[in-house]
Amino acid sequence: MAEQSSTIPVNVITGFLGSGKTTLLQRLLAAPQLSDTAVLVNEFGEVGLDHHLLRRLDDEIVLLQSGCLCCTIRGDLSAAILDLYAKREHGEILPFRRLVIETTGLADPVPILATVMAEPVLRHHFRLGNVITTVDAVNGVSHLERQPESTKQAAVADRLVITKTDIVDENSVGELRRRLKRLNPAAAQLEISLRTAVDPDLLLTRDLYDVQGKAEEVRRWLAIETAKAGADAAHHHVDVNRHDERIHSFCLRFAQPLNWTAFGIWLTMVLHSHGADILRVKGMLNVGTGSGPVVVHGVQHLVHPPDHLPQWPDDDRSSRIVFIVRDLSHDLIERSLAAFTHLGAPALVEA
Amino acid sequence: MCALCGVLGGEGHWADASGVAVPAACLTRGAQRQERVRLANAVLRQFGLVLADWQGAKYQLANRTGRTELVDNLAQVWQAAERILGRACDPLDPALIARIEQSERAG
Repeated sequence: MAEQSSTIPVNVITGFLGSGKTTLLQRLLAAPQLSDTAVLVNEFGEVGLDHHLLRRLDDEIVLLQSGCLCCTIRGDLSAAILDLYAKREHGEILPFRRLVIETTGLADPVPILATVMAEPVLRHHFRLGNVITTVDAVNGVSHLERQPESTKQAAVADRLVITKTDIVDENSVGELRRRLKRLNPAAAQLEISLRTAVDPDLLLTRDLYDVQGKAEEVRRWLAIETAKAGADAAHHHVDVNRHDERIHSFCLRFAQPLNWTAFGIWLTMVLHSHGADILRVKGMLNVGTGSGPVVVHGVQHLVHPPDHLPQWPDDDRSSRIVFIVRDLSHDLIERSLAAFTHLGAPALVEA
Repeated sequence: MCALCGVLGGEGHWADASGVAVPAACLTRGAQRQERVRLANAVLRQFGLVLADWQGAKYQLANRTGRTELVDNLAQVWQAAERILGRACDPLDPALIARIEQSERAG
């Protein structure tokens, strides 16, 4: 497998209809450090207008020829990305160092992530970067409550961008911020309006596989337990008819080192049985090597190649695993993992 | 490719921990596979199934009547197990968790 650091990052910008994806993309592409970015967009509906807007900013836009990017054309998406790569290798286009895919507003982003992470040829040249989800401050709460697409887009995000904050009051923004924090505590939240600047580095370039961004990402995950405790304390009633109520997050902590092989057996089995309802899993594991933690990072059935960090981000040597799940029991997941981690003791010994 | 049986080496699965310096990496590849088989069997025996290493290239999963499937990696083990059993293998099933906990207590 190709080294993750040598592959081309693919960022996915998603968000519900009218949430400001294209405006955000326009502003990002205006940044000098993203001048070597190729972009894939859809051509349907409002995206046709998006295309005209985008073309004025960047001539390297490639339009997918068939339908919706989100569900039926994984093959087309794969072919489009590989075509870009071939043109890059043959010198027919500038040697882009980043690819951004903008989804439709009704898209489930996971098939796009799956294409990048699992397609056998693509994954040798590309890797998934941050998933950026726009949520507009005017309609965001309503969308999260009523639109399952919106909830899922927010749940799988690495960056949540709250847009249009200049046209609603602070209380409304605060409520949306709390909803998103409860739904996806591991994602960094940003707020943008016409008057605020966009930080392209935080959104796109700092990620788990970026040398500079790696430690920052892990520290963000570590902040989850505190944030989660506060969000839970302020929120007791659960309305199962609301889409965002069915999704919840929690962090498991294990003081003793975990057996990596047993963990792999457990996670493959859980993802096989419940992968559709495990929207994100992010773990920092102490596997007993005495050095830094192993980072595990997955979206539904897909797991990134595990990465071994050279050192721990703080003095705590516990394994910590964050789950964002839909309709799954925190207690059962914890009990199941605890049982599996003791499988077949004693632990491994060196050969 | 194995010259004797023509088996192609598959893509590394994330759970194989290739390139990750975890304790398993201290073992030889064969020992890692044996360890994986040993631990997986601690779960599979709850379903009456047995996993074995097959030529160092695949895994062989069988039930007590001898129905057998070959798979490439851990993720495929659970698919094959469900095909053989004709029912789900749910790691979050409270009854399964209780059986595993009980077998661990029994040593």
